[in-house]
Amino acid sequence: MSKFLLKNVSLLGDAATDVLIEGEHIIAVGGDAAAQGASAEIIDCTGLIAVPGLVDLHTHLREPGFEASETVLTGTRSAAAGGFTAVHAMANTSPVADTAGVVEQVWSLGLAAGFADVVPVGAVTVGLEGKQLAELAAMADSRAQVRVFSDDGKCVSDPLLMRRALEYVKAFDGVVAQHSQEPRLTEGAQMNEGVVSAELGLAGWPAVAEESIIARDVLLAEHVGSRLHVCHLSTAGSVEIVRWAKARGINVTAEVTPHHLLLTDELARSYDAVYKVNPPLRTQADVLALREALIDGTIDIIATDHAPHPDESKDCEWNAAAFGMLGLEVAASVAYDVLIGSGASNWQRFAEVLSYNPAQIGRLSQQGQPIEVGSTANLALIDPTKRRDAVSIESKSSNNPYVGLTVGGEVVHTIYRGYPTKLNGKVAAEGRSLGNSKNLARTASKAGK
Amino acid sequence: MSTLKHLLSAADLSRDAAINLLDIAETMSGVNDREIKKLPTLRGKTVVNLFFEDSTRTRISFELAAKRLSADVINFSAKGSSVSKGESLKDTAQTLEAMGADGVVIRHSASGAAYTLAHSGWINGAIVNAGDGTHEHPTQALLDAFTIRRRLHGGAASGKALDGVKVAIVGDVLHSRVARSNLLLLNTLGAEVHLVAPPTLLPADASGWNAQIHYDLDAMLHTVKPDAVMMLRVQLERMNAAYFPSEREYARVWGFNAERLSLLGEKALLMHPGPMNRGLEISAAAADSPNSTVLEQVANGVSVRMAVLFNLLSGERSIDNV
Amino acid sequence: MVTRTVLTGDDIDRAVTRIAHEIIESNHGTANLVLLGIPTRGVIIANRIAQIIARNDSNFSPDGAVGRLDITMYRDDLATNPTRAVTETVEPTLGIDNRVVVLVDDVLYSGRTIRAALDALSDLGRPKVVRLAVLVDRGHRELPIRADFVGKNLPTSRDERIQVQLLEIDGENSVVIAA
Repeated sequence: MSKFLLKNVSLLGDAATDVLIEGEHIIAVGGDAAAQGASAEIIDCTGLIAVPGLVDLHTHLREPGFEASETVLTGTRSAAAGGFTAVHAMANTSPVADTAGVVEQVWSLGLAAGFADVVPVGAVTVGLEGKQLAELAAMADSRAQVRVFSDDGKCVSDPLLMRRALEYVKAFDGVVAQHSQEPRLTEGAQMNEGVVSAELGLAGWPAVAEESIIARDVLLAEHVGSRLHVCHLSTAGSVEIVRWAKARGINVTAEVTPHHLLLTDELARSYDAVYKVNPPLRTQADVLALREALIDGTIDIIATDHAPHPDESKDCEWNAAAFGMLGLEVAASVAYDVLIGSGASNWQRFAEVLSYNPAQIGRLSQQGQPIEVGSTANLALIDPTKRRDAVSIESKSSNNPYVGLTVGGEVVHTIYRGYPTKLNGKVAAEGRSLGNSKNLARTASKAGK
Repeated sequence: MSTLKHLLSAADLSRDAAINLLDIAETMSGVNDREIKKLPTLRGKTVVNLFFEDSTRTRISFELAAKRLSADVINFSAKGSSVSKGESLKDTAQTLEAMGADGVVIRHSASGAAYTLAHSGWINGAIVNAGDGTHEHPTQALLDAFTIRRRLHGGAASGKALDGVKVAIVGDVLHSRVARSNLLLLNTLGAEVHLVAPPTLLPADASGWNAQIHYDLDAMLHTVKPDAVMMLRVQLERMNAAYFPSEREYARVWGFNAERLSLLGEKALLMHPGPMNRGLEISAAAADSPNSTVLEQVANGVSVRMAVLFNLLSGERSIDNV
Repeated sequence: MVTRTVLTGDDIDRAVTRIAHEIIESNHGTANLVLLGIPTRGVIIANRIAQIIARNDSNFSPDGAVGRLDITMYRDDLATNPTRAVTETVEPTLGIDNRVVVLVDDVLYSGRTIRAALDALSDLGRPKVVRLAVLVDRGHRELPIRADFVGKNLPTSRDERIQVQLLEIDGENSVVIAA
């Protein structure tokens, strides 16, 4: 079995220590590690911070159907480059991931790639059409063991259907991740409705179209006693509603994307479609409210909404362009700048929002574990001193809105189930071999919860 | 004299540049009045009218302007081209570049299309925005300013701005590229801008706009006593999207009719960018009144567009300067 | 930069006066005579000539007989040179059709300005005769064009610059060569 000794590593910012990994697990931390690791391959981690492997609750891997944009392989390589060891693959593929067959296909593609756990998200409704519930239990019982269901890209706008979905997934401890967008209020919408949209003459996507759905959904979740997850929350008003719902004891979790933590609708002035995303970039006031909510716990997680698109979908006039931007390779850096670099928070919170909490929401027992003996060896090692260009290299697409920006916190190594998917800044040529993968995905999740 | 690279937005024009263009347009207007209505100025230059959206009036106006300056004109209309078969703006632009277009006049249904064309690197020629979606239509604003200036100052218009002139823009401001460009240019030239519209047809947040907003047309006419009233064309499809209940109600509340004409000063201008919906935003009596400048606007459009093409296409244009 | 004055204010006055007399003489009077100044300084010189002609012939009124001809749109270097300011063209109220038109400019050099002026003129109408009056002829013609009335012939090298300064614009009357 392979053995790695992480030398002089700081766990979540604590004093430097050693971590010994054997096979898929952490077998020693601290004094014993070096002693037991005499035969181990040494990875020098001087100056690096170890955090549990990052978990993305919101990734578009595009396969099957849109392999020109991304594949499970390129998407998970991109994930490894960004320090992720698990990604939730959104359901808006072609065919849509609304049956056990499709989710199992995506799951096995992830297994074959070997760069991260690929956890399929199941569609809530057949074909994402918002008319009829998909076979949620079949997906939950499949080998992919789907726990997160979402029509992401579209909103489950029918209140009755949303209520039923919330109720139904309770049977297998699932969660509905809602893309909150009132469809009638956003017909033809191109960007945040506000001062900038008025000037640019682009049809507005008003904050209220998001907030009204979130308000409805938290009340529905309260009424039926279900778990609700709010995808890519983007406005200050949404933060207030989630804060209110949590204070009321409603079982709701919320995510924010890296781009909504950093970028604003002012960027649309360039009419560069790389800044076109759904929900749209909002105002600086929204950015500040989202950052505050991320730090105070109102927002539980950062999720990338990594949405690759081929050049021809972006290299055109704004209206004709596709919504979405890359995120996997820059997310950790944005989180670093917002939480650590700013001095506003700490590595503990970093680990919560990018690992512990998303793993918990997705019910992944072998992800988001503390860095201690017995845990699965999923780790990201970050150099907090380095500032770098916010590039995205591994993704098949290039719709990276951060081009030209400098960000902090470079992911130097990524260890996925004891295998270095990224070492010294380079993503491994090959993924982890299938060898003994009986515990891949979350076979233990039922037992654990 | 400053030379523009492109004319994409009325905001591209400083006060001096705008006045300068209007003054050149005065000279061009003199050419349009004489027997030989042609100048050799742009001989050998090629201007492409790239129209992804039907607008015979605007296209003809630009075509005439280019021809009076002796440029070669190619009309490229999306309807009769491969664009309707799904060719992208990029491919079309690169095709025109390969054919050696010195200037491209673009009309497109997408806001920002002219900006994208100018900044994409697909094409080196000068870009003139002839209307992009619900964003801007800067030559319309120039011809409107020209028309106001001429009516107010007659033969002594050259060199003048529009300081203190009160202009009311009435109608579907939200979707109007004419309104956006006029707002910017009128502000640049020192005019006082009033917007009058049903609240549904104003931006949800117009706080970035330097204009006074009114919902009541009659009250505005009484209190502001505008020097010029600009009626915007109403697109009938807006009615179906619930922006207003019916044509009848719109005409009654926001249309310019004979009674409202009587509230207008004798010298005040009643403007419309055309084509008019007679009986909807403007009544026949108002449209045909002495206050109406509709036909002057059309004539002035050619002079203003000649001035713009002259400014953009003459003078040095090095490759790295595009 | 070395400059030397080649014509004083008095020299300019004498030259303009002589041109005025020569115009009357060659035209056998002032019948059908109109003057068209080429902006900027040609317009001022045209006005000065007109004043002197009027003093000598009461039949001649500068009001209707002097105009200005902007040639910017007719230049042959528009594609390469920075865009120039366009000024107004004012046709004399007498018109130019069948008139004796005297074009007036300050300096005659390559001849290209006059070529443009002739083109501009032909788009305005059809004069009976076109003559050319210049304050200074500095040589180096690039086109087969010559002046009918010359205030002063000044042989120059191409490196030199001639500056005609007129009271109305420059605050003084002089012609200076700068090398």
